[in-house]
Amino acid sequence: MDGIAKRLAGARQLLSPLPGQDGARLPLGHDAADAVLRGGLLRGALHEIFAADASAFGFAAGLARRAAGFKRLLWIVQDFSALEQGAVAPTGLAEFGIAPASLLLLCAANATDALRAGADALSCAALGAVIVEIPGNPKILDLVASRRLVLGAQSKGVTVFLLRPAAEVEPSAAETRWLIRSSHSADSDDWGHPRFDAELTRNRHGETGRWDMEWCCDDGAFRETTHSGAVVSAPADRPAPAAVWRLAG
Amino acid sequence: MDDCAARAGLKPGMPLASARAMTNALNVVEADLPADAQMLSRIADWCDRFTPFVALDAPHGLLLDISGVSHLFGGEKAMLGRVRESFKAQGFLAYGAVAGTAAAARALARFADGTVAAPGEEAAATAPLPVAALDLDPKDTLALQRAGLKNIAQVAQRTRAELTARFGKEMVFKLDRARGQGEKPISPRRILPDYSAEQRFAEPVTAQDFIAAAILSLAQSLCGVLEERGQGARALEASFFRTDGIVRRIGIETARPLRDAAVIAKLFHTRLDALHDELDPGFGFDLVRLAVPHAERLVPQSVGLEARPDDDKEIAFLIDRLAARFGSHRILTFQPQDTHIPEAAGVAVPAQHADTTKLTWEPRIAGEAPRRPLRMFARPEPIDAIAAVPDGPPIRFRWRRVLHKVRLAEGPERIAMEWWAAQEPKPTRDYFRVEDEAGRRFWLYRDGLYGREPFASKWYVHGLFA
Repeated sequence: MDGIAKRLAGARQLLSPLPGQDGARLPLGHDAADAVLRGGLLRGALHEIFAADASAFGFAAGLARRAAGFKRLLWIVQDFSALEQGAVAPTGLAEFGIAPASLLLLCAANATDALRAGADALSCAALGAVIVEIPGNPKILDLVASRRLVLGAQSKGVTVFLLRPAAEVEPSAAETRWLIRSSHSADSDDWGHPRFDAELTRNRHGETGRWDMEWCCDDGAFRETTHSGAVVSAPADRPAPAAVWRLAG
Repeated sequence: MDDCAARAGLKPGMPLASARAMTNALNVVEADLPADAQMLSRIADWCDRFTPFVALDAPHGLLLDISGVSHLFGGEKAMLGRVRESFKAQGFLAYGAVAGTAAAARALARFADGTVAAPGEEAAATAPLPVAALDLDPKDTLALQRAGLKNIAQVAQRTRAELTARFGKEMVFKLDRARGQGEKPISPRRILPDYSAEQRFAEPVTAQDFIAAAILSLAQSLCGVLEERGQGARALEASFFRTDGIVRRIGIETARPLRDAAVIAKLFHTRLDALHDELDPGFGFDLVRLAVPHAERLVPQSVGLEARPDDDKEIAFLIDRLAARFGSHRILTFQPQDTHIPEAAGVAVPAQHADTTKLTWEPRIAGEAPRRPLRMFARPEPIDAIAAVPDGPPIRFRWRRVLHKVRLAEGPERIAMEWWAAQEPKPTRDYFRVEDEAGRRFWLYRDGLYGREPFASKWYVHGLFA
């Protein structure tokens, strides 16, 4: 019953009408994190996500999906991201729980264009969320640039996520700052849902914390990691595999 | 050749030595045919201000189709005079004529400069012209002259059978066209737009504000016409004509048929803002034209229940704005493709040109972890991997100089390449989802089945999971 109640709450969250610009919060679905965040992430604000590895892309995508609800998402990448980190794959998005038709992709030539596009896009109230992916620490991304993003987000209530792979932490005007690492699966050696070691390193209006989270692709929400329970149940008539790797079928 | 030379008795085609013998005040310049051709096409561009239908008549001529535009200049005779004056102001000596067919006009321009032949009068107008006006082969012209036929009227008195027997039917067609019967279609240099509105300035304008205001008012008049026809613009082109003859054209495209003047003006403003080279007015623009090269039926959209009705329009406007600023190839949406090859199963296409497709994305299996990675490399990167043969997952692999020890592996998912498509069938891939000891997840594959291919199987990393 607890699981069903949780799912209902998650569905209600997605179906609720668009809240106003101030004060409305976006819960992640993870109780401990939501408690520290006083209900969830602030909508219509700038949130910064530093990536230690590729798991942060999923974290950002999940947050953006929850922030957007029924509306469309805009993901701004740069040309060379396709070489460095790989291109955004629509089949992967579908498997992650995000409809590829709801995503618009903008390939900017450089960081300046990416920031400019982000500022332009924030004036469109029909967007639900914007992810601006800027690798490294380009000079153009300074306090002034992040402040501009904050003001843009506040003007129309569009939540913006600044995703920074391979970057060093530097000061910014963001509401929250996260550092995301991969979290290894439980020792029950089953290929489970995507897991994140999410560390909230800076929070303008609250404390910080670090949690192990899992993204449930079907519900579209984060939740506590399940240590028990195989994702795919072992076949009944065969003994559990002794080796670490398991072949399909 | 110029006036003085003509007065001194020189003729085109005369050998240089004879010319030098006739007069010694001769300024000799080498003929630069490519430069002449370029100059002719620039003049043709400039003639766009008179009519959009301009065709080249190499090497020194232009054909302008002025049906429907002559009234804007006060009639055909007035327009001819205006065109010749404009050429004279630029420093060119132009011969011109107006007629109902292109061939007749061409003949009149060369041999009876300044004639305006009303429709139906071409035969009478071209009658006194010499046979050279027919633009035949030189030997045919010579043959006609030898036969005693000096002008077109005399040629026309011969029967068609005689002329066809001696000179061929092409000559008879040319004669017909010169006399105003029959017409060979000429193709314009540029595509004729569906709609066009223009504004001329008595004093050339240089200020950005005036230009922006001009675009807005032109957009408003165009939108009025579009609304009457029930159409919207899919592409728009603004042409700026400078007083010194240079023409600058700016084009934008839209995701959906557009009929809103304020939005059009905003899109042009964004595009002009994002130009690398400034729109240099020089001494000023004296003509600004807004044309719609491509219009489509504008279907009123039905409103979905969950989305606000303006959302779709807002998103389309956002796409157009971003495309105007950064280029339409940079703003993309995803489209499913009918193939199982992983890197081709979903393609990013420009959002303005995306058409609806009946294909759908493959749905995820409820309760299962993602089977495809969130980020995929268009070109899979080779890695050094150690794996159990014949089809075990990797135990260790080195990628970008970092060694990863595999802790968990899932697979193989065997994907055969399209053996029916390529000449040389590509090897089958065995995909594995692997997780290293730090928890990072990769999508690896082995290219080729062990022992089946003549070469040693190579491993690649194709994508990264979240």
